[in-house]
Amino acid sequence: MSELITLAHGAGGRKTSELIEKVFKKHFSNPNLTADDAAVLEFPGKKLAFTTDGFIVSPAEFPGGNIGKLSICGTVNDLSCMGAKPLYLSCAFVIEEGFPMETLERIAEAMEKTAAECGVQICAGDTKVAGRGQVDGVFITTTGIGLVDEEARPAGTKAKPGDKIIVTGDIGRHGCTILLARDEYGIEADVTSDCAPLWANVKAMLDVTKDIHVIRDATRGGAGTVLYEIAEQSGVGIRLDAARIPVRDDVKGVCGMLGLEPLYLACEGRLVVFAPAEHAEEIVSALRKVKNSEAAQIIGEVTDELPGRVVMKTEIGTETLLPAPGGELLPRIC
Amino acid sequence: MTDAEKTIREYTGAKIRIMEVCGTHTHEIFRHGIRKLLPENIELITGPGCPVCVTPVDFIDEALWLAERGITVTTFGDLVRVPGSEKNLAAARSTGAKVKIVYSPLDAVAYAAENPCEQVVFLSVGFETTVPAACLAVEHAKKAGLKNFSLLTANKTMPEAYGVLAGSAEAFLYPGHVSVITGTSLYETLKQRGISGVVAGFAAEEIIRAISVIVENFKKGEPFFENCYPNVVKAEGNPAAVRVIERTMTACDSEWRGLGIIPKSGLKLNETYEAFDARLKFEMPEIKGRANPACRCGEVLRGDCRPYDCPLFGKLCNTENPVGACMVSSEGACSAYFKYGIGK
Repeated sequence: MSELITLAHGAGGRKTSELIEKVFKKHFSNPNLTADDAAVLEFPGKKLAFTTDGFIVSPAEFPGGNIGKLSICGTVNDLSCMGAKPLYLSCAFVIEEGFPMETLERIAEAMEKTAAECGVQICAGDTKVAGRGQVDGVFITTTGIGLVDEEARPAGTKAKPGDKIIVTGDIGRHGCTILLARDEYGIEADVTSDCAPLWANVKAMLDVTKDIHVIRDATRGGAGTVLYEIAEQSGVGIRLDAARIPVRDDVKGVCGMLGLEPLYLACEGRLVVFAPAEHAEEIVSALRKVKNSEAAQIIGEVTDELPGRVVMKTEIGTETLLPAPGGELLPRIC
Repeated sequence: MTDAEKTIREYTGAKIRIMEVCGTHTHEIFRHGIRKLLPENIELITGPGCPVCVTPVDFIDEALWLAERGITVTTFGDLVRVPGSEKNLAAARSTGAKVKIVYSPLDAVAYAAENPCEQVVFLSVGFETTVPAACLAVEHAKKAGLKNFSLLTANKTMPEAYGVLAGSAEAFLYPGHVSVITGTSLYETLKQRGISGVVAGFAAEEIIRAISVIVENFKKGEPFFENCYPNVVKAEGNPAAVRVIERTMTACDSEWRGLGIIPKSGLKLNETYEAFDARLKFEMPEIKGRANPACRCGEVLRGDCRPYDCPLFGKLCNTENPVGACMVSSEGACSAYFKYGIGK
């Protein structure tokens, strides 16, 4: 029987990479298509970053945000990760017949507010309405253009042994919020999404040094997936220190109950940064002064051992591999 | 170094094989790198404590039989990826079968109540930990007069399995979750039969302490039992949970993947609730599945071989494309060895 698309193909792990390699890269390959968050395109006298992203999330409104805020943050952050100041966005809506107008209004309001927060204009759009049952509520696609800082050159292939790895705050919060908002587990915890636009945070880092090797936002698949992506793209090993990875206690508790690893829960307002050791402390200090990265932390370093793998120093002082990402996140049975 | 770590590291006596009988213990042992603390003469063996791993191929084929007849199959997540003879439930779902992941059997009952035009079956697998919830679900369904809800049961109980596994290890790390329900008296009975072990918690330091308690007791040369998780596991267990099982289910012989049929080690719905037994309700034929003959999951579950001894391990069988149940389940031995890079 021929292979069919399953939910695992959309989960951000190995199946997603296989899908991109086998189908999309095969047909779309060109010099500007890279594995980074946005393409950097040459124009006379300027470099522009260009990216697009589709958003489906259930429920559409959750503690700390809604799909509208998410759709702006996602694209703004993809541009920011290339060292590009986000300038213009377009948005396309696919709305299910019967969707409440007032919810749509709240979504649009959140989009406008978030775009204004980082000085971005939403200047083009499209609306389609699909029959009931053909989509789940509302799907949004945003496309963005940003102006690249000429001296900044972050890319997924540039991590080097000796680099320090920084996260800009506690991880796993968005994924945990969505799991709880679906109310499928009967667990109550006061967790809100970390959803936030991060250009100001990237700018604060670039003001310290332009020599930042990698900036990635840890969305679907979480920080763990980003670490494995970079280890593979740069051909390096990574050593993490479990005790230094910031995770809120309530997120830790939910993950403990369900058998989930916080490193693989989605974030929507967190960056994973690879920077030369000599700048790392100064970058962390700068980040801690900016909203949404007050809890920035060095969590590990790049090594030349075990290329493509992520080793974790555990709380009891032993070393173990961080399991590679893969498949749907499924809570354990008991 | 803690006293427990010192006891373990300084042990120089005869080899001790310790079998953990709980998938969560297995996972936590790997996650914390606990094996790296152990000297060569203390060996941890992964046993049959993962409900997904011990569920035979026949059961998956039965679930597929239902799904392919337009019946809504509700299940815990891990089971959707366990291979049947030809495919798994995820593959059936991607071609249109209604396979719905739920997080509690009561959610399946609620779904049945909201969708009276569908026949809804919950795949009831698991040990003493999860079976009370399935029993409660059936009681709720009966009380609500639901005619469209039933269970496909493959529930198992641990006590009889220890007898079958007794020669595989010098001591067991007894399952904390199951013991919360059963209490500890059964372990005293096992001790009298010469079978040793301790109940352990799930934090790294609790597991390390439990291993040190095994080492200390093993040195004395007598069968032993200690409850190293007393704040959570009580001698009397959870009488309410035991009572709901007794009200709705009855013991039956049960097939365990790798261990064969163990008499009286299963649970099925009793006469009062047989209207909720999917096998009877849908007059299901006897279905005999066929596992991949090269897969050595069965031997892994008995502690007779290590995952990396299986010819499929890490090659044809990996966490993205699992062949055997032990690679599917997040609590399975092969999955843990593969994910944490042991034997590669």
